[in-house]
Order: sequence, then structure tokens, then C-alpha cells
Amino acid sequence: MSVYPASAEPGRATDEAAVRKAIASTVRPPKVSPLSAALTFGWRGMLKVKHVPEQLVDVTITPVMFVLMFTYIFGGAVAGSTGEYLNYILPGILVMSVLFNTVYSGVALNTDLTKGVVDRFRSLPIWPSAPLVGSLLGDSVRYVISGLVILVVGLILGFRPQAGVPGAAAALGLVVIFSFGLSWIFTTLGLVLRSPNAVMNAGFMGIFPLTFLSNVFVDPTTLPGWLEAFVNVNPISILATASRGLMQGKADLWDIGIVLAVAAGLTIVFAPLTTRLYRRG
Amino acid sequence: MTPDASLAIEAAGLFKSFGDTKAVDGVDLAVRRGTVYGVLGPNGAGKTTMIRMLATLIRQDAGTARVLGHDILAKADAVRAGISLTGQFASVDEDLTGRENLILIGRLLGLKRKEVKDRAAELLEAFGLSEAGGRLVKTYSGGMRRRLDIAASVVVTPQLMFLDEPTTGLDPRSRNQVWGIIRGLVSGGTTILLCTQYLEEADQLADRVAVIDRGRVIAEGTPAQLKTSVGSGALQVRLLDPDQRTEAAAILVREFGAVSPDTDPAALSATCSDPGRAAAAIAQLAAAGVEITGFSLAQPSLDEVFLALTGHPSAESPDRTASVEENGP
Ligand SMILES: Nc1ncnc2c1ncn2[C@@H]1O[C@H](COP(=O)(O)OP(=O)(O)O)[C@@H](O)[C@H]1O
Ligand SMILES: [Mg+2]
Repeated sequence: MSVYPASAEPGRATDEAAVRKAIASTVRPPKVSPLSAALTFGWRGMLKVKHVPEQLVDVTITPVMFVLMFTYIFGGAVAGSTGEYLNYILPGILVMSVLFNTVYSGVALNTDLTKGVVDRFRSLPIWPSAPLVGSLLGDSVRYVISGLVILVVGLILGFRPQAGVPGAAAALGLVVIFSFGLSWIFTTLGLVLRSPNAVMNAGFMGIFPLTFLSNVFVDPTTLPGWLEAFVNVNPISILATASRGLMQGKADLWDIGIVLAVAAGLTIVFAPLTTRLYRRG
Repeated sequence: MTPDASLAIEAAGLFKSFGDTKAVDGVDLAVRRGTVYGVLGPNGAGKTTMIRMLATLIRQDAGTARVLGHDILAKADAVRAGISLTGQFASVDEDLTGRENLILIGRLLGLKRKEVKDRAAELLEAFGLSEAGGRLVKTYSGGMRRRLDIAASVVVTPQLMFLDEPTTGLDPRSRNQVWGIIRGLVSGGTTILLCTQYLEEADQLADRVAVIDRGRVIAEGTPAQLKTSVGSGALQVRLLDPDQRTEAAAILVREFGAVSPDTDPAALSATCSDPGRAAAAIAQLAAAGVEITGFSLAQPSLDEVFLALTGHPSAESPDRTASVEENGP
């Protein structure tokens, strides 16, 4: 039901004039390059870390708790002394901490999809994969932050990487590269599953067992044979071993090669799949 | 299909189904540049699906369409370069501030760092969001979100803008603000395809209207033609003094031929859809010394439009009717 006279709307005339003026002034600039579009989406990811830090805190606190718990409760029993155990476990927990973050890349993408904002992105004259690549670039920064937090906590507790800062940085870099590859699986899940929660559940249901059935927490030689065999081929074990090696200055090139190959393989398979699903809408 | 340069949208036989649902079932459209074209239909009529095809978000199963002269399948990039989309559910990022949302879109459209800052400030000002610009969008009211959403669509002025139910769920004040914004866009020369559930909105803003139901266009024309074909709304007058009822009734009967029975002794209503004639009748009442406390001119509801055009109510399920009424302006 409309009430006349309709002109009893105070701001109306000024609204119209201001809007007319605001839209009159623009010329359409040339199309942006794929890289620039992706970087802009990376910037968006950074803003989210700033505005919604809870997510980063959530996924970082769990690994920090693990460091404390394992070091002080189990450390003595598993490796003889807490300091020694810390040297063993910290690179592994670094891996775990960063890998947990990758699940959130899928969660974030699914959240975007359930809101209308992806429709806007998809209607823009930009490289169609830019939102995906950009978000993952932004997420990589999140991965680095969560990895640094664990390293700092470790240093405070007495962790001393023999290869010093360069070794720790190389290990973190390797973990982030692997995570970039792994996160394509979760973005694919993010596009297939119905809700952000479903993505989170499915993601952690995969990543939890894989992390615990790796050499992150225990030396596999103490395990029964069949389990040891699985743990040894688990890419997360290989990544943890490679990270330990880099931090202690005795990196195994073969391990590093496998990690990079797995990351590349995941990207080659899942990046196009994600992109296809995303473009199809 | 030979392209017609005066048309912003030219569609023939557009068809899209989801499983057994024919969401858009053979739609033809011709939208002139510089006009507002209304697409009126209830929930589930296929409006959003149609917009999503025309904005190159999904591919049609059959039929063809040209948007701004470009085929939507073959030249999707060229289409995207000239359109902007304000989706049914606010297409802004809730975890960013209003200003950051505008900067994001501006950067993606190729504005330089400095330009984009100024542009964001200018738009926030024009859309009444200057003060809220630094706040996260999730703290915004529905009306503010809508205005930001539309602002994001004009960071670089589009030639054609898709607006999907821009006022659904808004209070009357916010709705009027959004209407003001749309009028501003139109007078600036932007072509608009406006989907709505409200006849009144189409009437206020659109130059032509297509009524769609279950994926098909069931009527097309100017809002005036549409209303004439549908019959009319009602003028309701509330009297200060119920004792003047007889006198007032006589005047309304003279003007409109009849008054409808009303249970409220202080209220009178008559069939009328023309604001001009309503105003004349009000003037007559005043001249005769009948004091009124208020009056309103109600347009036919979407349900009445549908009943008149199709012989069946707009809704297939009872709860759909309910939601249409709940959201009514
Ligand atoms: N992605 C989809 N999957 C399945 N059905 C859909 C999808 N999108 C729309 N529909 C169906 O298509 C019909 C038209 O929907 P829609 O275009 O959203 O209508 P409107 O925007 O007019 O409310 C509805 O029956 C709706 O349920
Ligand atoms: Mg819709």
C-alpha cells in the first residue's frame, strides 16, 4: 500500500542529484592483468586476517596447546627428555599448524559462495581464476603467520634449530609450498559441499587422521610394521622429515623433492578442477 | 538474430532448467538502451535465473541473447566489461568495511590506487554511507547494505545494470532511498534491468514491464497498460468525523461511480488507480468541507495482477504467498 503524496521523502531529491553526479564522472579503465587481479584478491585475504583474526587464532592455538602438552606430558616418556623431544616434535607441529590452516581456505571459499559476493566477482571483466589464486596467495601469508607463531613458541620453550634462522625459514617455506598445493583439495571441497561447516568437518576428518598417522608425534620405528609402512609413505611424514632435516641442517634432497612433487601434483590435478567448478558456478 | 544497436538486451527463447524444474522457459526480451525494464514475478518465477544467464554467470540450455550487442556465450568477456550486477542477496563482502568493498571493486576494474580512494569516498558520500564507511559491512542495516551494494555496482559506471529485487525486505524509508538512487542512475543514462515482486516498484521505476510466471512471460507492456489490463487499486479515505460519511460517500460515488462497503465507520474506499483522479476527489472532499485524517492509494497487489492475467494466484504453495505478503512494502 502506498501513501500519497509520494514526495514526502526528505532525502530523495538530494540522493538523486548526488548519485547522478557520482556516476557521471567515470571512464572505464583498461582491463587489469591477471596478476594484478590476483594480487588484489590477496589483499582482500589480508584484510580478512585483520578484521576476523579469530579464525587464525583458532587454528593456531590448537597446535600451540599440542606443543605444550606433548612437550611436558609425553616428552619425557617418548624421547627421554623434554628438550630432545621438542627438537623432534616442533618441526612436525609446525607442519600440523600450517596444514590445519589449509582447511580454512576451503571454508572461506564456501562462505563466499553461500553469500552473493562470488556472483559479483564472476560478473567482473577479470581473469576468472583470479579470486581463487588471489585467495590462496593471501592464505599463504596466513600460513606463514601461523608457522611463525609455532616457531616462536618453540624457541621460548627451548627449541634450538641447528641450522638457525636460514634452516627454519627454509623449513617454513617448504611447508607453505606444500600447503599451497594441499589447499586446492579443500577449495575443491569448498565448491562441492553445501555449507562452510560441512567443508570444515570433511576437511578435518581427512587432515586429523593423516596428521596423527604420520611421524609428526612419534617415531614410526616404535609402531607395528603395517602402521609403520603407512606412516612412512604418508606425505605428511615426508614433509615433517624434510622440515626437521632443514632445521637441523641435514636436509634430505630426496624428501624435499618428493614434497615439491606432491605439491605440484596436487596443484596440477586440483587447481584446474577447482577453477572449472568455480567458473561453472 | 540481427543485432539492433538501440537495444541493451535482446533475448530469444532463453531456456534453463534445473532437473525437472524449467526455471526459465523460453523467454524473449527486448530492452532499449537508457530505459528501466521491470521483470515482475513472484518467488520462483525465474527472475534470478534469467539475470544470471544474461550476466554470464550461468549458461543457458537453449536460446540466444545479446547484451550490449555481444552474444552472452561467445563474447562473455565483452558483456562483463559493460555490465554490473547487484544480486538478490547482497553481493558485498561482509568481513570488509564499506570503503574496502568499494576499493576492492575499483582495483579489480583497473582504477589506480589514488583514484580508487577518491572514488570510494565520493560514492560513500553520494550514497549516504560516509560515516559507516569504516565499519565492517556485517554491522550494516539491510538498507545500508543495499546502498553499498549498488554503490559497488557503479564504481565504474556500467552501461547496463542488473538489479535483482533491490528493495525486498527493506523498510519504506530505505526503499525510498534505493528508489531515489535508481532514479539517479537512470537519469545518468544507465540502462537497468530490474527484477521485482512489487507491482508498485515496477510502476514507480520501469518504462516497460514483463510479468513472468513459472519461467514464462505472461504479459508485457508499459506499467499503465499493465494496470489497465489488470483493473485497479483502491483509494481509501479516513474521515475525522464519521457523521460526514454520507456526504463523503456521495462525492466519491460521483467521482468513481461507487464506494465499497467498509467495516470502519470512519473509512471509505473506492476503486481507483489514477493518482490524478484520487487527488481531484480529495480536493472535492475538502471543498465540500469534509475533513479527512488521511488517505491512501493502494495499487493492485501482485496476487491480483496474477489472478487477472492467469486466472490463478501467483503462488503455488501457501507459504510462498505468505512470504510475498510479509515482504510487501
Ligand atoms: N541452482 C539451482 N538448482 C536447482 N533449482 C534452481 C536453482 N536455481 C533456481 N532454481 C529453481 O528455479 C526456479 C526459479 O528460481 P529463481 O530464478 O531463483 O526465481 P526468482 O528469482 O524469480 O525467485 C525455482 O523453482 C528454483 O527453485
Ligand atoms: Mg530471485
